[in-house]
Amino acid sequence: MTDTMKHTLLFVFVGVMILAEGMTDFLFFSGSWNSALVILNMGLISAIMAIGVNIQWGFAGLFNVGIMGFTALGGLAVVLVSTPVIPAAWSSGGVSIVMALVMGALTVVAAVMITKFMPAGKLRALVLAVVLIAGFFVYRAIFDPAVGSVEAINPALQGNIGGLGLPVLLAWPAGGLLAAGAAWLIGKTALGLRSDYLAIATLGIAEIIIAVLKNEDWLSRGVKNVVGLPRPLPYEVDLQNDPSFVERAASWGMDPVTASTVYVKAGYALMFTVVLLALLWMAQMALKSPWGRMMRAIRDNETAAEAMGKDVTRRHLQIFVLGSAICGIAGAMMTTLDSQMTPGTYNPLRFTFLIWVMVIVGGSGNNFGAVLGGMLIWFFWIKVEPMGILLMELVTSGMGEGSALKAHLMESASHMRLFTMGLILLLVLRFSPRGLIPEK
Amino acid sequence: MDLLNALVALTNFVIVPGLAYGSQLALGALGVTLIYGILRFSNFAHGDTMAFGAMVTILFTWMFQSAGLSAGPLPTALLALPFGILGTIALALVTDRTVYRFYRQQKAKPVIFVMVSLGVMFMMNGIVRFIIGPGDQRFTDGERFVISARTFKQLTGLQEGLAIKTTEALTVITAVIVVAALFWFLNKTRTGKSMRAYSDNEDLALLSGINPERVVMYTWMIVAALATIAGVLYGLDKSFKPFTYFQLLLPIFASAIVGGLGNPIGAIAGGFIIAFSEVTITYAWKKVLTYGLPDSLAPDGLVQLLSTDYKFAVSFAILIVVLLFKPTGLFKGKAV
Repeated sequence: MTDTMKHTLLFVFVGVMILAEGMTDFLFFSGSWNSALVILNMGLISAIMAIGVNIQWGFAGLFNVGIMGFTALGGLAVVLVSTPVIPAAWSSGGVSIVMALVMGALTVVAAVMITKFMPAGKLRALVLAVVLIAGFFVYRAIFDPAVGSVEAINPALQGNIGGLGLPVLLAWPAGGLLAAGAAWLIGKTALGLRSDYLAIATLGIAEIIIAVLKNEDWLSRGVKNVVGLPRPLPYEVDLQNDPSFVERAASWGMDPVTASTVYVKAGYALMFTVVLLALLWMAQMALKSPWGRMMRAIRDNETAAEAMGKDVTRRHLQIFVLGSAICGIAGAMMTTLDSQMTPGTYNPLRFTFLIWVMVIVGGSGNNFGAVLGGMLIWFFWIKVEPMGILLMELVTSGMGEGSALKAHLMESASHMRLFTMGLILLLVLRFSPRGLIPEK
Repeated sequence: MDLLNALVALTNFVIVPGLAYGSQLALGALGVTLIYGILRFSNFAHGDTMAFGAMVTILFTWMFQSAGLSAGPLPTALLALPFGILGTIALALVTDRTVYRFYRQQKAKPVIFVMVSLGVMFMMNGIVRFIIGPGDQRFTDGERFVISARTFKQLTGLQEGLAIKTTEALTVITAVIVVAALFWFLNKTRTGKSMRAYSDNEDLALLSGINPERVVMYTWMIVAALATIAGVLYGLDKSFKPFTYFQLLLPIFASAIVGGLGNPIGAIAGGFIIAFSEVTITYAWKKVLTYGLPDSLAPDGLVQLLSTDYKFAVSFAILIVVLLFKPTGLFKGKAV
């Protein structure tokens, strides 16, 4: 069997699994098209995130453990782009907030300038301390009252500065841009670090981004969440009230409620597939181009590449920004799919480490591998729970009805998920370290 | 202006909690640093090793409690601690045998080890949740306070109270004993010396006949013990919840790195630096300042530099600043 054949079969396997989820309720499948499409949609988004990570790790060997932060920034972009403008917020304090932020940025720039251009010594340390401390207090003096007045406006529903009121699809590229901007800032400071240090620095930066989103209510409503974000597709309720849609649903032999949910989810799946294919095509082209070869040369031997005159630091920054932008796009798509921004739910196990499992299992360095890993691991992430329950039913079938151990085992079955993901990762790293679809 | 009250308030809200949290972080960071120095990778599974150790200890504590055993005014968990340590050592050695040894023999790159430790992290996290569940577990018993705020006020007649929890006192004392024992071990015993030699220069150590597998085994045993002690102390002082331990990974790494990875003294210093900066930057200074300053200067606001939710953000901001200026930490860590 040729490699191409084997790889195609792997994709077919994932496809069959998702189809089986929709068609049958045998074993752990649920037999609902709705659930199959839910898995498919998040699988597509995960595949995009995996491409982003693969570009950084597989192409260039950059160990970024801050994916969660970029995903969350993509989510923030949806709020900033698509929610309606809140004029009251802008007139009461929005402008001052922006001024305060500019002021804060200027302080940092001034501090950087001082370290760069003043000769080292006690005087420099003193000037630096004065600038930073004064900057901080001026910033807080402008910022705090402005935030207070913005957050006081209709706090049950708003209390944030709102967005631009633009079509929600524009938020996807905007999410990419926002993540790219953040990645540029982070890359400028952290990319000089060696691999483990870089990993831990990015992990920390992602936590900082989440902390900001959770606490800066004027920006993202914090843990109060932004709900009811605009959607690119019609609402199910509107479809159900549309006589022509009900008629069409009847002609497909479905009841209008199921038909409308499936219709909307299939619509999302189509849009996500288009984005995924576009990004996959671009990533493939990049990999095959001289640029891609240069990246891999840098990854394999940094010193040699540097000796050949390649600017390793610049290239690393470039690829860090590109990969993070893709994660930002995926984050924006995810928030659009959920129609809500919930900063409290971002958790590194799910949004950083699981994506890493996808990339390694799929095959780092191979874009198709990343896509396969994304879809496959996401399917298991969802389905391990019913599988675990099935397994536990089997294990405990001999035990008495009221047995405490049986009750505990059944209750704990859902925690098999993390264990299984770890096991899959370790098995792949051990027996197929290059992943299911290895790099060519 | 009342300097004495200001001092008491400062001790009560900043120094005591800072010392306790700093000791917990230092013990955690020592484990991370030892693994980095000897096995030469950043162990992402360390937080979950702490959770596992604490979990075993909790299970034994519950057993002892139901059997009526207790340590008097001290928490019963102290009696269960040795069993927790043994359990964690067993887990660490099994993990090394089944997982890490293969990559050691392959001479895999450090970054591959980090990925492997991610897998171990997932599995340990799953095991802990599987056995004890994801919720909060209480296992503290014994006397709650060494000195309570009310007793202190009655004793001294001051306006401000000083409360020291038993768990806080216990944390600091245990940490001092453990750290002293560890340094004695590393500096005085043969095994400790061979561990240091191996960490300083692997080739030279091998030449002088040090058995690397033995060094690695002892390292895992020590790390497992440190992780269990740190995990139990944290759980006694705050609360036990698997996810909290996973999150502890971040400040622990920050401590180890700020001090310089691979350097035990750095790990301890780093732990206290991170703990005290978290506490001081997120503490509302109003009370202390109101006592400490003349009335005309008394502050209006809370004088809190950042809200408490930014705790993790503080440790990382410090981490990044330190890395920018001293890429191997304050106490010259290793750069493998």
